[in-house]
Amino acid sequence: MAVIIEKNTKILIQGFTGKMGTFHAEEMIKYGSNVVAGVTPGKGGQKHLDRPVFNTVKDAVKHTGATASILFVPPAFAADSAMEAADAGIKTCVAIVDGIPSHDMIRIKRYMRRYSKSDKMTLVGPNCAGIISPGKSMLGIMPGHIYKEGRVGIISRSGTLGYEAAQQMKNLDIGISTSVGIGGDPINGSSFRDIIEKFETDDETDAILMIGEIGGPQEVAAGEFAKANMKKPVIGYIAGLTAPKGRVMGHAGAIVSAYGESAIEKVEILKECGVIISKNPSVMGDTVKSVLEKI
Amino acid sequence: MDIHEYQAKEILASFGVTIPRGGIVYSPETAENKAREIGGSKWVVKAQIHSGARGKAGGVIVCNSPLEVAQATDKLLGKKLVTNQTGPEGKIVNRIYIEEATDIEKELYLGLVFDRSSESIMVVASTEGGMSVEEIAKEKPESIIRSKIEVAVGIQNFQARELAFGLGIEPELIRRASETIIGCAKAFSELDATMVEVNPLVISKQKQILALDCKMSFDNNAMFRRDKVSELRDKTQEDEKEVYASDRGLNYVSLDGNIGNIINGAGLAMASMDMIKLAGGEPANFLDVGGGATPEKIVKAFRLITMDKKVKVILVNIFAGINRCDWVAEGIVQALEKIEIKVPLVIRLAGTNVEKGNKILQESKLNYIEANTLEDAANKAVTALK
Repeated sequence: MAVIIEKNTKILIQGFTGKMGTFHAEEMIKYGSNVVAGVTPGKGGQKHLDRPVFNTVKDAVKHTGATASILFVPPAFAADSAMEAADAGIKTCVAIVDGIPSHDMIRIKRYMRRYSKSDKMTLVGPNCAGIISPGKSMLGIMPGHIYKEGRVGIISRSGTLGYEAAQQMKNLDIGISTSVGIGGDPINGSSFRDIIEKFETDDETDAILMIGEIGGPQEVAAGEFAKANMKKPVIGYIAGLTAPKGRVMGHAGAIVSAYGESAIEKVEILKECGVIISKNPSVMGDTVKSVLEKI
Repeated sequence: MDIHEYQAKEILASFGVTIPRGGIVYSPETAENKAREIGGSKWVVKAQIHSGARGKAGGVIVCNSPLEVAQATDKLLGKKLVTNQTGPEGKIVNRIYIEEATDIEKELYLGLVFDRSSESIMVVASTEGGMSVEEIAKEKPESIIRSKIEVAVGIQNFQARELAFGLGIEPELIRRASETIIGCAKAFSELDATMVEVNPLVISKQKQILALDCKMSFDNNAMFRRDKVSELRDKTQEDEKEVYASDRGLNYVSLDGNIGNIINGAGLAMASMDMIKLAGGEPANFLDVGGGATPEKIVKAFRLITMDKKVKVILVNIFAGINRCDWVAEGIVQALEKIEIKVPLVIRLAGTNVEKGNKILQESKLNYIEANTLEDAANKAVTALK
């Protein structure tokens, strides 16, 4: 089985009837994702894209058995929607939206502490491209066709840099088991470490490509986890070699504010953890290829 | 978003932090009166720019008469102040804060930041005030004490008390010190701050606990619900091109090199800059036009890059997913019908319909250099410099 989502995973779209929600729901349906319904408060009872619309996530879960959701709601309401999903029993929630205040993200994470580990929702994002298990299901906004089916897991903070990697790999005939965009915000639902741990136990994944960037402690935490607990090879690339200290580079979380957060420092620490470093972003695919040849 | 020292002081004062008496002036003419209004016999004239280390740069002047205050104000207003945080171009002084001088007995450090590891608010305090927190961490790490605020319930009295005792504050001042720490923590939580720094926090000879210098930064993503804070933005303190960009929904950071670049996605933008550096060049900017790379955004991006006189080559790198390369190529062609580019232009498209996209560019009248990979694009941009 694939990590996180499977072929038949029942998916809800939160913010279904809006422009973004509609567009990406259509793309997901075209890809073959099992989109069963949507939620837009006040529009319950209507049909949209041939699927029922519900007022609340609880109603939608009750009637469809959905276990995954994706948020296309504006930043101001995103925290509320994510907590609603968690409370309704959704197991995987992807927050695409860019612009959620950090204080709200912390609130969501504190709220989710009320659930036991087995009941806790996996939140991915915000400010991310989502999740795709090629040939099975897409719970995200990526161009599905650039992902070839295969046995490499990808975790990336950046959307387009993740696409770049998938395309490089496809050009080299390397496929992907699952690709997870964890997003560019300082506080996110799932960290590199959270996802890398899932890949280690996934029998459809042989190696993991981790695409990080400047700022924050998460790449290093994943590297340390890999060193202590992982058998599968981890390939890494860290963007932002030229980024000046103290400046936000597009992503709210891409800012060097402490030791160990610059690209050079992260690369050094990851190397010590046994992560194989792709020396530049143009050879992410080649680096994965050389690692796969040695397995 | 950053604000000025005097603005941070006004905010913290409203949360119960004591600040020295002071006032803001915009002209030397009003400075003398303002000093009299504040009273006392000694004043500090402080240039208001978005930077620390102003004292070392000559931006803080101690004065002994209202006349001296006026002279110091005259000297600083309109001046560009260069500190170790502003870069060589410095920042313009448009506002002067005049403050009653404080008899300092002891200088402390108090800072609050988001701690990304524990995903909570961290209070950092030290007995070594007056130095930057980086310097303290390097030179006197043993003086640093920390306390994690559980955001669900906010700071607790015992935490503030522990910090105050930890700073060696005398028992009769503990209560006031705790209130100061709690005030800062409340301001942080209630206003969507990302940083509050009081450095130094001083104990005066008169046994008052005063915030002598303050800095606050706020979460840009939360400005939609912080009208009063967002009104404090001072665009004169930001890079002109960065203001232009942020007003138009572009993510832009001005840098020192001469290869301008237009890229979609923050990660891909950083990666492209890395490739430029590895190819032996220097990027002139970071510019993310957003994942979608719409034609409107591309037009704005070209206008922005051509404003930068140091740009000698432009590199465009777009990964088109759902918005196919042919659509992006049409956007580029349309953009360049409106804007004249006088420097070499390297374009690399990747993703959906890349052949179609390249064909559209080839068949247009565009004078450009086509590149295939990230590496190829960076190499061609660096070569075009020569």
